[in-house]
Amino acid sequence: MRDVAVIGVGMTKWGELWDKSLRNLFVESALLAIEDAGVEKIDSMVVGCMSSGLFTGQEHLASLLSDYLGRNPIPAARVESACSSGGLAFRQGFLEVASGMSDVVLVGGVEKMTDVTGCEATFALGTAADQEYEGYHGLTFPGLYAMMAVAHMDRYGTTRDQLSMVAAKNHDNGSKNPLAQYPFKVSVEAVNKSVLVADPLRILDCSPITDGAAAVILCPLEAARKAKKPAVRIAGSGHATDTIALASRADLAWLESTRLAADKALAMAGRKVEDMDLFEVHDCFTIAEIMVTEALGLVERGRGGRAVEDGLTALGGKFPVNPSGGLKAKGHPVGATGVAQVVEVVKQLRGEAGERQVKGAERGLTQNMGGTGGSALVHIFEAG
Amino acid sequence: MPTPSRYWREIPQRYRLEGEKCKGCGRIAFPPRPVCPGCGGREFEAVKLAESGRLLTYTVIRVAPEGYEDQSPYAVGIAELDDGARLTAQVVDCDFADLKVGLRVRLEFRKIHEEGEAGVIHYGYKFVPA
Repeated sequence: MRDVAVIGVGMTKWGELWDKSLRNLFVESALLAIEDAGVEKIDSMVVGCMSSGLFTGQEHLASLLSDYLGRNPIPAARVESACSSGGLAFRQGFLEVASGMSDVVLVGGVEKMTDVTGCEATFALGTAADQEYEGYHGLTFPGLYAMMAVAHMDRYGTTRDQLSMVAAKNHDNGSKNPLAQYPFKVSVEAVNKSVLVADPLRILDCSPITDGAAAVILCPLEAARKAKKPAVRIAGSGHATDTIALASRADLAWLESTRLAADKALAMAGRKVEDMDLFEVHDCFTIAEIMVTEALGLVERGRGGRAVEDGLTALGGKFPVNPSGGLKAKGHPVGATGVAQVVEVVKQLRGEAGERQVKGAERGLTQNMGGTGGSALVHIFEAG
Repeated sequence: MPTPSRYWREIPQRYRLEGEKCKGCGRIAFPPRPVCPGCGGREFEAVKLAESGRLLTYTVIRVAPEGYEDQSPYAVGIAELDDGARLTAQVVDCDFADLKVGLRVRLEFRKIHEEGEAGVIHYGYKFVPA
């Protein structure tokens, strides 16, 4: 396999973008990435999108987006793995360059979620769970993560305030990210008093409904050294699956797929998790970030709540988690999320992250997951 | 709206709690599946699930998906049945304040929801405090 690097990144402003369509969002982010990379020729593209069919009634997405980007007839594939569609698209692009099949690959992620009502969006997101044995009983995604939270709180004593501290921390970080959907601070008290969605999760525990896109350009490391911006090497890639029905899991308070994906990615990179300078992880709900920090091995099992309370995961802490603001503040256009995590890590490793820059960052990790952890992707990045 | 066959084919599980027990490792799969998730075995015997168990976790859904809005708020939980099988279902006839991990529950046959005014009426199991 060849070494592969990211040489260009692009991301649109995220939010409720009434005036922008699915195709326009994608093209905007892709052109930013192409310009950032300074490349003309693209050999192939991979697009992560969870549910353009349910959100906008549009399938056959890869060819459509290649057309609107002016790149027909290059090969283009659309990849779906629920909320980890972007992370999986990135892995497919990485494999395509590493294998030698293509030299320059554009990986994009996109989701246009506000073309349907909130109720229809909740249904579309719910298809990432087991429709016949979870959805049938009226379960929602906040409901599934709420049940993980109850199990975690019951076993480890994780507190309501600790959940709120995750949201407050990520909004602090997001207030420094001009592309974030919600670039403002939120207090622990405000989270505690916000309206209940699925007990114990409140609206400010939840990532929002977002329109947005992100894109990156990959090429072999050797060629990347001649690119206009400093190359960022993809040092490790890990991917694992688990049951999508939560009830079938051995442990309801643990994310085994994330642990397995992290182990594989770190082994490939020849690194330990504590070698990483920053982490972009899948905080679709506050409890998710707490459980991910445990599964990545940043803290022992059951200590994720304590980690945020002690400031371990803050921007200036030992393990900065979600300097971008995470899904919580930056937004969560599901198919774009995994690609945007890469965009953030690349900006951090280039020293281009502005106010939220982690000083001297040389290595970073992304973790993206689908559903309640039925799929997980972890990637490791190193400067140079 | 799905065709009635989608609903009809799940009736053995939803009405009669039919699962399958692996002849290799004894694990109960619900719903039945061709390959045992425990040992990879492919031979099973049909079993009816135990009708009681205890809650492993729960929540109260306050923002319901399409088709369940008129029931909200409602409780949902995951229970481990006395035979080791695990199920997700609503928890009914119960004050939300009484929900707790470890609560003893039994399964009852109830209406789940209706597909609009002219569609199929969906039935199945729900948990009630034992």
